[in-house]
Amino acid sequence: MKRIASLLAAVALCVLPAAAAAKGCPKTSLGDIEDEVMCPVCGTPLGLASEAPQAERERAYIQRLVDRCKSKDEVKQALVAEFGDRVLALPGDQGDDSLGDVLVYVVPALGIVLAAAGIAFAVVRWRRPKTRGDGTALAGADGARLDDDMERYDL
Amino acid sequence: MRRVLSPVPIAVICVLVALVALLGYGLAQNEPDRGVDRALARGEREPAPALELPKLGGAGTASLADYRGRIVVLNFWASWCKPCKDESPLLERWQRRIGGRGGAVLGVDVLDVTGDAQDFIAKYGLSYAMVKDKDGKSMDPFGVAQLPETFVIDRRGRIAAVRRGPVDDSFMRSSVEPLL
Repeated sequence: MKRIASLLAAVALCVLPAAAAAKGCPKTSLGDIEDEVMCPVCGTPLGLASEAPQAERERAYIQRLVDRCKSKDEVKQALVAEFGDRVLALPGDQGDDSLGDVLVYVVPALGIVLAAAGIAFAVVRWRRPKTRGDGTALAGADGARLDDDMERYDL
Repeated sequence: MRRVLSPVPIAVICVLVALVALLGYGLAQNEPDRGVDRALARGEREPAPALELPKLGGAGTASLADYRGRIVVLNFWASWCKPCKDESPLLERWQRRIGGRGGAVLGVDVLDVTGDAQDFIAKYGLSYAMVKDKDGKSMDPFGVAQLPETFVIDRRGRIAAVRRGPVDDSFMRSSVEPLL
């Protein structure tokens, strides 16, 4: 019985520090980070730069930092130290340009709204029935005059 | 006067023209500056663009101005660049050959992880000076579009030769030797 107790104590001594370390280790991963940073040589987000040698090195560097329990922010800071601000893919991550950060989302949205409005306008115009010379009903005074003429000729 | 087109097709045409112009502008912006090559083809030597960067893995900076009066073999490289591995031993041999004759090789490590670059330097036993360009901004003024690229700068700070790609011994002999 004593033996079992001491064995359990030894196991607990081994397991508890590792569990505590794992609890203190920020939860991030290479996959979590690579969509938010750029491959500076490829000019694309790292997640899209599949086999470029520089991308492979960058991934290895990120993985080393993740293995050292660095948080996502710490990894990004380390990447900026190595590659400069351009390594950050998310607009809000770059510098203090708050107006730029807003515009980068607002301008494309505005563009989409304007394009949608333009397409809707074009479709409405295209589908609207033509009212001149195609035999459809006329409105207002022209319509009334036409009706009078039709009655007069008693066709 | 008879109306040729309604506003909608005109607007669509304008948008298309604007998109094509934007595409053209984007392509033009991405074209590397080849002014150095054109000048060399005319037999002229342009002044080398200013360059001041932090020393790789160390304190302080180094600049091209520090080398005025010497011949500089300015080599843009990175540890992830495969052709850079092939030319590094040659550059090291030339550093030893010209170091005592008023010349120097200066490496510019671009877009690289410092630790990887230091491992590369240790592996290939490179003794020449190295600076780090973390975001590659020094590449544009020299028109560097790929790695490695090498510029030979004369004693007056003018670009005397350029190699877009890995250097070989014949390039070094023909472009560096006459300047010594």
